[in-house]
Amino acid sequence: MGNPVLRTEQLKAFYVLDIHGDQKIVKAVNEVNLEIQNNEVYGIAGESGCGKTTLLKALYGAIEPPLRLIGGKVSYFVDGEELEISSLNSEQKRQLRWEFVSYVPQGAMSVFNPVIKLKETFWDFIDSHVAGKTRQEAFDIATGQLRYLGLPIELLDAYPHQLSGGRKQRIAIALAALLSPRIIICDEPTTALDVVVQRGVVQLLKEIQGKLKNSIILVTHDMGVQANVADRIGIMYAGKIVEEASTETIFASSLHPYTRYLINSLPRFGDKATRESAPGNPPSLSDLPDGCPFHVRCPYALDICKSQMPPTIEVDSSHKVACWLIQEGDDGKAS
Amino acid sequence: MTFIRGYLIPRLVQYILVIFIGLTVVFIIPRLTPSDPVRRTIAQLRSMGSYLEPATMNSFIEDLNEMYGLEGSMLEQYGAFWVRLFHGDFGVSFFQFPTPVNKLIKTALPWTLSLLLLTTIISWTVGNIIGGLAGYYSRSRWSRVLDTITMVIRPLPYYIFSFGLLLLLAYVFEIFPVSGGTDIGRRIEFNLPFILDVLKHAFLPALSLVILGTAAWFQTMKLVVQNVNAENFVQYAKLGGVKQGRLVSRYVIRNAMLPQITVLALQLGQIFSGALITEIVFSYPGLGLLLYNAILTGDYNLIMGITALSIVAITTAILIIDLLYPFFDPRIRYS
Amino acid sequence: MKTLKDLFRDYRFAISFCILVVLLIFASLSFFSPYDPTFWGTVPRDLEPSWTYLLGTNSKGQDIFWQATFAVRNSLIIALIAASLSRVVAVLVGMVAGYKGGFTGTVLMFISDVFLVIPLFLVIVMLAMLVREKMTLITLGLLLAIFGWAWDARIIRSQILSLREREFTQTAVLSGTGTVPLVLKEYMPFTTPLVFSTLINNMSWVIGLEITLAYLGLVNLEIPTLGTMLQWAISYQAVLLGYWWWILTPIILSILLFVALYWLSVSISEYLDPRTRIQRVGA
Repeated sequence: MGNPVLRTEQLKAFYVLDIHGDQKIVKAVNEVNLEIQNNEVYGIAGESGCGKTTLLKALYGAIEPPLRLIGGKVSYFVDGEELEISSLNSEQKRQLRWEFVSYVPQGAMSVFNPVIKLKETFWDFIDSHVAGKTRQEAFDIATGQLRYLGLPIELLDAYPHQLSGGRKQRIAIALAALLSPRIIICDEPTTALDVVVQRGVVQLLKEIQGKLKNSIILVTHDMGVQANVADRIGIMYAGKIVEEASTETIFASSLHPYTRYLINSLPRFGDKATRESAPGNPPSLSDLPDGCPFHVRCPYALDICKSQMPPTIEVDSSHKVACWLIQEGDDGKAS
Repeated sequence: MTFIRGYLIPRLVQYILVIFIGLTVVFIIPRLTPSDPVRRTIAQLRSMGSYLEPATMNSFIEDLNEMYGLEGSMLEQYGAFWVRLFHGDFGVSFFQFPTPVNKLIKTALPWTLSLLLLTTIISWTVGNIIGGLAGYYSRSRWSRVLDTITMVIRPLPYYIFSFGLLLLLAYVFEIFPVSGGTDIGRRIEFNLPFILDVLKHAFLPALSLVILGTAAWFQTMKLVVQNVNAENFVQYAKLGGVKQGRLVSRYVIRNAMLPQITVLALQLGQIFSGALITEIVFSYPGLGLLLYNAILTGDYNLIMGITALSIVAITTAILIIDLLYPFFDPRIRYS
Repeated sequence: MKTLKDLFRDYRFAISFCILVVLLIFASLSFFSPYDPTFWGTVPRDLEPSWTYLLGTNSKGQDIFWQATFAVRNSLIIALIAASLSRVVAVLVGMVAGYKGGFTGTVLMFISDVFLVIPLFLVIVMLAMLVREKMTLITLGLLLAIFGWAWDARIIRSQILSLREREFTQTAVLSGTGTVPLVLKEYMPFTTPLVFSTLINNMSWVIGLEITLAYLGLVNLEIPTLGTMLQWAISYQAVLLGYWWWILTPIILSILLFVALYWLSVSISEYLDPRTRIQRVGA
């Protein structure tokens, strides 16, 4: 489909925990296939505990014990060349970070070094990647970036604890976009922020994507945000992508029962008071049921769902789903 | 400013209260003894064979009472105690009768002060840096070896360690002098031979204090760093590809230093006591040796003087550290 | 039980546990000693270690081996008395300060800060000089107990503070549990191991202090302890005369004791600390 910037094939990443002789395996990313195109916003949606953050870590090449890459591969497409992450040494990975792919972590409230001013953090990031800049030049770049994105430049002179969460989140995003990376990965950028601030964050992301024309991988359980920003969405459940399609298709004609539940739970998915969310809880990733992991909560579960994992079927060129209800060649079963 | 009210004032109040209570305790304890120090002094003089006529004896008793601060009722004594304190008058020593206590203290003080300052600064700095690196590279072999070594050194009390060192390096392998601050008979002049001589004598006690101190700081810093490593902002800097060297110094160690400053303030009393004990073992002519002689001869004034001075000195040092802390932690400076 | 098995995985716990068991057995041998430890001249003087006198004899005519058994026993007794008493104070202060908070908490913490800041060694010396003549094992234990609680009160208080924020506290309070039963029943399982680890630490500190005080001549030198053994050896010039067995016995025994106690307390407190626990979850 054109111009990929990142691809994964059968990616498997598990946590291997050794607690006093007992081994516990958490299957956080379980055979994930993704291809992120240039100049698109790809959203990954799902409840907490489905492995989204682990997937992001794997995509970013930040796999550290006890997390282990069990199988599959992740590749970046840098300057037309396909680079498999596992073939890179740590210095090569470090150089790619921030220049090719950057990261906006969850909870930007506590990601900044508390004893230095924010502009110093910018300086550290710049100095680690771009040779030969003086401190002053780096500060100029930083202020330029904030101005470009319409953020008040006084924020740079502050210490992290002096700013509100929303402001810090926007600074984190500005910092992530600083070196014009081809991919920006965002983990729950709007969680724990109030609605008004959320809007500002979403606007900022859109603005950056529009200006840089790069790819953004956006993880959030908030389907409202996905609807607003994403071009394509991948629905994640228990370590697997169970459905992937364009945003319109997902909202208008999704096929997987879990997707339906996610959408029906708007506008506040995850809020305990909502009665629309899917009944029950996501399975423990260390103790997965046989067959399709969703069958326990699925109202349409067939016998085969309980014993065999459904394969991923391409419904059409841009719509994939993994569910026994949808057979090859069929249009799927209307709910 | 809230800073002055929230931080400064409570500490000043605490400072004054602690000194007040501490010195009152110093006042009370000797007066708890059932035996009258004056009578004891007289008994001791008598046992050495001196004889005084009754009239002289009475005026002598009066003088002794005055020197021991035992005139009048308890309240009057207390008042006199404070008045004398403000004049720096701790009375007359019995150990070196009739030298006033503060003269003895003045002679011994520079020895202790120099030893203490030098060894504390060295062990705090070196211990923290090595401990910091060991905490960051905690899986490396050298880090674990150092850890085991310090695990054996740290629990040893100052006395045992110093004594062991003395046995080893002054008796078994006669490298260093056994006691004293300088060779006997050398005059105190500030020329090279004198300084070398002092260094030769001060080396063992300094070595003892530095080894014990560094071991302790190493251990605590290692633990602190292991916690700081897990902090969000360190992980974020790693994600950002910040260079290793800067990461370790500006993000890890710089933040880990903060609790260590607080610990230093809390441990100052222990460190001071340890220095005194070490001085005693090596017969180093500081406050420690003075204290030892005071104990042997039952010289209450001298002990009171040393204790009173120590309380004031240590609390003041702690106050200074507390006042300097905001310079290191901007969260306290601007809150 | 399982906890013990887990603890034994840590080499520090295993080694220190064994050393302590050996030392305890050694100390209990004192009940079978053929000599009264306070008597002088029961055996020939200044003999090197041999099969008759396992650790040799000293200049006072005493068998060092049997002296040492008493020394270890008495040092441990003093340590136990002092550490237990100061635990009681530490737990009381820590719990009240932690749970009640507010003004009471601040006052209690201030008091413990005073104890932390003042150079206690000097105060102990002053007090010891007072009681000098009448110093018994128990008096010494009491004396050292007065000062060992401040640091640990702080530690216990922080633990109580964090426990207080947890959900089960709210549940208990809402279901009408009174303060004392709450604190005792609900918090004890968390606090007891912590208290135990501070107990061990404190014992080590007390023994060290006892040895130091003995060196300064502030204890009853007739009672055999690790400190007094060392002190006698020094005052009889054992070093200059080359009676290494007399000097080294208390030194080595006490080093073993200190290291073992320390390793024990560190391994236990690391076992309890959830953060270090996660680090042991290997890759």
